[in-house]
Amino acid sequence: MSQIHITTTINGDETEYLCEADETLLDVLRDHLDMTGSKEGCGTGDCGACSVVVDGRLVCSCLMLAAEAEGRAIETIEGMGQGDQLHPLQQKFLEHAALQCGICTPGILVAAKNLLERNPNPSEEEVRYWLAGNLCRCTGYDKIIRAVMDTAADMRGAA
Amino acid sequence: MPKDHEGIGAGTKRREDVRFLTGAGNYTDDINVHGQAHVHFLRSDVAHGRLKKVDTAAAEGMPGVIRVFTGADFEGVGGLPCGWCVTDRHGQPMQEPAHPVLAQGKVRHVGDPIAAVVAETAEQARDAAEAIEVEIEDLPAVIDMKAALEEGATKVHDDLTSNLCYDWGFVEENREAVDKAIKEAAHVTTLELKNQRLVANPMEPRVAVGDFNRGTGEHTLYTTSQNPHVIRLLMGAFVLGIPEHKLRVVAPDVGGGFGSKIFHYAEEAFCTFAAKAVNRPVKWTSSRSEAFISDAQGRDHVTKIELALDKDNNFTAIRTETYANMGAYLSTFAPSVPTWLHGTLMAGNYKTPNIYVNVKAVFTNTVPVDAYRGAGRPEATYQLERVIDKAARELGVDPIALRRQNFVTEFPYATPVAVEYDTGDYHGTMDVLEKMADLSGFEARRKESEARGKLRGLGLNCYIEACGIAPSQLVGQLGARAGLYESATVRVNATGGIVVMTGSHSHGQGHETTFPQVIADMIGIDADMIEIEHGDTANTPMGMGTYGSRSIAVGGSAMVRAAEKVINKAKKIAAHLMEASEADVELKDGQFSVAGTDKSVAWGDVTLAAYVPHNYPLDEIEPGLEETAFYDPSNFTYPAGAYACEVEVDPETGKVEIKRFAAADDFGNIINPMIVDGQVHGGIGQGIGQALLENCVYDESGQILSASFMDYAMPRADDVPFYDVDHSSQTPCTHNPLGVKGCGEAGAIGSPPAVVNAVIDALHSGGHKVDHIDMPVSPARVWAAMNA
Repeated sequence: MSQIHITTTINGDETEYLCEADETLLDVLRDHLDMTGSKEGCGTGDCGACSVVVDGRLVCSCLMLAAEAEGRAIETIEGMGQGDQLHPLQQKFLEHAALQCGICTPGILVAAKNLLERNPNPSEEEVRYWLAGNLCRCTGYDKIIRAVMDTAADMRGAA
Repeated sequence: MPKDHEGIGAGTKRREDVRFLTGAGNYTDDINVHGQAHVHFLRSDVAHGRLKKVDTAAAEGMPGVIRVFTGADFEGVGGLPCGWCVTDRHGQPMQEPAHPVLAQGKVRHVGDPIAAVVAETAEQARDAAEAIEVEIEDLPAVIDMKAALEEGATKVHDDLTSNLCYDWGFVEENREAVDKAIKEAAHVTTLELKNQRLVANPMEPRVAVGDFNRGTGEHTLYTTSQNPHVIRLLMGAFVLGIPEHKLRVVAPDVGGGFGSKIFHYAEEAFCTFAAKAVNRPVKWTSSRSEAFISDAQGRDHVTKIELALDKDNNFTAIRTETYANMGAYLSTFAPSVPTWLHGTLMAGNYKTPNIYVNVKAVFTNTVPVDAYRGAGRPEATYQLERVIDKAARELGVDPIALRRQNFVTEFPYATPVAVEYDTGDYHGTMDVLEKMADLSGFEARRKESEARGKLRGLGLNCYIEACGIAPSQLVGQLGARAGLYESATVRVNATGGIVVMTGSHSHGQGHETTFPQVIADMIGIDADMIEIEHGDTANTPMGMGTYGSRSIAVGGSAMVRAAEKVINKAKKIAAHLMEASEADVELKDGQFSVAGTDKSVAWGDVTLAAYVPHNYPLDEIEPGLEETAFYDPSNFTYPAGAYACEVEVDPETGKVEIKRFAAADDFGNIINPMIVDGQVHGGIGQGIGQALLENCVYDESGQILSASFMDYAMPRADDVPFYDVDHSSQTPCTHNPLGVKGCGEAGAIGSPPAVVNAVIDALHSGGHKVDHIDMPVSPARVWAAMNA
């Protein structure tokens, strides 16, 4: 089977890759592009560990075929900070210790960033419902919710 | 001098977090060894059957296939060992079946591996596995534990006498006194309940990468483990016959474990074995579906508990009978969970003079069961704290007052179930809870809920746990086939920086932050000068790993002992440099000084002298500054606490919503309160998951009905509230150098009874005389109980 040539944008960089028709975007990110920040926690779209943003929409990269990425703009955890400068969400997660083993953290950060871009002033309930697609087994979610709301408050203050 | 925010007791930010936050963690699935092949396991789709044929011919001809393995390839290889032998009531060892790496003769649970395909890609391996022809003669599946013990029941293991692994009595000598006390009691409350089967589900599925170096004859296994040395010992010595010096086990960043990554699994042995057999690195990554049928599961107890009280409501006796599911094989530490990790905690926080625990461990055609966060202690706490609440209701007394009346108040306290609590303050911890949970405001909140048509309930409970496993000699007498010490090497570099190599393993607990806090405090240097290495048998001393809330209590103590040796040697060097007597040398804030003089020498000058020994007492001590210590605890530690939960029940639907949750814990001394908060939060989240949502269900044919996140209800962000936690009630452990107790499992142990007690209280407030609802307390179960 011949491979498919894809040209796409990942974290602002134009990127080309060859993929099989049945490879997911997550497979290509992890196995071909060496971007292992996105994780596979279930492979069925139930846990959110593979969350990326495609053209502004939050998607599970384990459910999207790599071949569908042609011409899109993809954002992953690797593009969230600027060099050594953490994104405000990353900084706030660090301050609150809103993570433990870290395996779900990239997906949660990507999802939370997408939330704050849509809704800079979410209620606790809105944060909980938005992040209900991201499973975390370590934290009981307490500090995650607090960190997201705290970031939103800071970003509103700075704006 | 350590910065104010970095010593013991400071909420130092976690240094490991930057790599996790930026996607730069290095987990096992992120490791790819050049030239690696991939494995797919063909697993049984029936719960019980005789293997009539496993024909791999077609599969071997499939594209990319390197080799197909079956049980026959492992006939000369050892089976997976069990690390704990329980002795039954009659002094006989438990029944211990063989556990082959790949099934031989029979399959015994859905998910039992039959064959393994090694191919160029994971997809090719999976396709080829489908081409393996397997013929299985179906046998009746043994699922229900009590049915499994009936005369004539089908046997899971043909060579055992029955499906009974052991019938354990504890303490057997207490039995008659307990029977008598119950007979003579003024009141006896009886409760029958299930502690349902759970799936640990760390968000990182298991992964194993085997590699073999033909040039050196060395094997390397990268694996998702909580205890790489234990895997090296079990797999090397008992399964594959590889001496430890030719076997390196690496557990890098590990994405959660909760017990399920303690055990030695078939896939680890397979990848290590196959890497040599095919002369290629071999990688296996579990899918989530596979995790549900191959990771050891948790809990699954069916219990009857009786609590006897005298006319003044003093507890006089506890008698329990528990059926504990082992699943189809004995996972590494399975036999210890319903016995030594459960029976020994049946006294709880109370001075009950007579206690007898009977446990029947049963083989069934289900996935093996082993330790899951709390391991035995949640089961003990749940039954005890539920039966106390029921007794309070029957007697018409306040459940807090009933608990307080029976608290152990004098320490050390020797329980009738063979353990000695060194310290505690259960009244003090309850005081903290009552205030934090604003119990006095509950009635007003209940009225407010009722005005909205909801039933509000308040549930409380206490817990105690035994952590810091364990004194090696004691557990050896109890059947452990391992020592349970911990180790650390403190290596000081010439310029004063320190690397601590610990046998503990961090998979979310934050050791890379907390362990340096301790050393920074001891020496008085900046924590940034200290680095922690863990998880690689090549550069850490033999350690037993992380589980049972033991890391700081046992691993931390080993580190303290090693650091003390380093400091003692450094003082000798400093004394020489200052031309003073060693006895007069003090170390404070990173400076050695001579008492009563102005002589001093800096930490870095002494460490440099140790490695550049020009002016050095070479006739007394060797150059260098590196020490190792092994710490074997003299007792368990006994964290304890009191938890309160408030729920609202919707009487129309039976849906339970948690409105408030408060946890007051006594963990002894605290190294990093911020990290402790997180540990408690996570435990409560899992406990709420057990109480309200999670349930691993098998149908009568042994098919698992809850084998995906669509069917197994994990707690999500919208299922839980913010938690109020407080660990200011502190009675330091009396027998380890840091006075610490451990905090990893408390939340999961303490929270399920609080939730269920609250639901029952809510139903009673609505006039529903419901004694008990088994977990998970789902809307359907609550509605059915209300409408029974």
